[in-house]
Amino acid sequence: MSEPLFSKKNLKLITDPLNNSNPITVQVLGICSALAVTAQLKPAVVMSISVMVVLAAANVIISLLRNTIPNRIRIIVQLVVIAALVILVDQVLKAYVYDVSKQLSVFVGLIITNCILMGRLEAFALGNRPWQSFLDGIGNGAGYAAILIIVGFFRELLGSGTIFGLRIIPESFYITNGGFYANNGMMILPPMALITVGVIIWVQRSRNRKLIEN
Amino acid sequence: MENLINIFVKSIFIENMVFAYFLGMCSYLAVSKKVSTAAGLGIAVIFVLGITVPVDYLLENYVLKEGALAWLSPSLADVDLSFLSFIMFIAVIASMVQLVEMVVEKFAPVLYNQLGIFLPLIAVNCAILGGSLFMQQKQFVNIGEASVYGLGSGVGWFLAIVGIAAIREKIEYSNVPAPLKGLGITFIVTGLMGMAFMGFMGIKL
Repeated sequence: MSEPLFSKKNLKLITDPLNNSNPITVQVLGICSALAVTAQLKPAVVMSISVMVVLAAANVIISLLRNTIPNRIRIIVQLVVIAALVILVDQVLKAYVYDVSKQLSVFVGLIITNCILMGRLEAFALGNRPWQSFLDGIGNGAGYAAILIIVGFFRELLGSGTIFGLRIIPESFYITNGGFYANNGMMILPPMALITVGVIIWVQRSRNRKLIEN
Repeated sequence: MENLINIFVKSIFIENMVFAYFLGMCSYLAVSKKVSTAAGLGIAVIFVLGITVPVDYLLENYVLKEGALAWLSPSLADVDLSFLSFIMFIAVIASMVQLVEMVVEKFAPVLYNQLGIFLPLIAVNCAILGGSLFMQQKQFVNIGEASVYGLGSGVGWFLAIVGIAAIREKIEYSNVPAPLKGLGITFIVTGLMGMAFMGFMGIKL
């Protein structure tokens, strides 16, 4: 390996998924969990970190094994590696942030079937060296996290007037206290998550016109 | 009996996999360009969910749950294997999907070619694993309830994907702003469909 660890090509693996090949808005991977956990910011952040950890670790493991896995059973092997990592993450979450783990409910388990994982393992880790795969995992995890945090931020701010559970919009503004403001209850309901992501895609594609579909 | 119908209706409309929990969104977005393909995948999902949820129910209650192994011998009464549930469920699902794939290839080759890569990908369709995990959370009392829940969730998913495919076929001809074309408008339309489905929340069962 004569290539430096952080060469331009390797750094591109991290920066690309943040915009040009974002896993959610461009590659359309991992939508399910992205929408379901974003009614508040805290579960969104916990979820992003979990996905990033699992993705980076699974990418490295599969990349190390890539020359020994028989092609026919590779999906099962990948699922087993991912499931084992997700069990680890689930147990850690239950031990240290029990309330968030309760809030995420089945969605931690659903990281196993998060298409980002399978997608990146199939498309990248099976054909690349461990270090590059690690960077690809971190990059895609970060791209996923970026969207989750944006969606979570707007939904929590507009839907409950708080950020991380801290009050941003003062109590005295509310109609119940003689003010003029009311929360948009729609924002915490499921359909608005879809529409928020739709709007994010809209904004991203009008700034970056080469992503527009025909 | 009434109880079973309640679970069925609830899992189709009120707790719809797509609109209430966003499960199975990946294939929902990717395979919904044509109604015929969408319907094929929808049927495959009903079939797989209808099998895996009851199988996972048995697994959960006779192997994994705390004390579930007591039927084997009393000394195993306090073994708790529930931390293994993810890996066991996914194994059941992966093998069931393999089975469905073989059946479809044999009896409906046209559908098999149309579904292409998405048939094996049902294994990683979150709706399937989600069905089993929700089953675990809801703690159904017998296998009948679990099977009905699995079928109902499958039918709900089928309805959603056929609905969006029909709408997308029409949207092809409308003048959508360029950056919203394709993915963006599909998200927004799904959101609107979700709002419509929220109307069912008023039903008390």
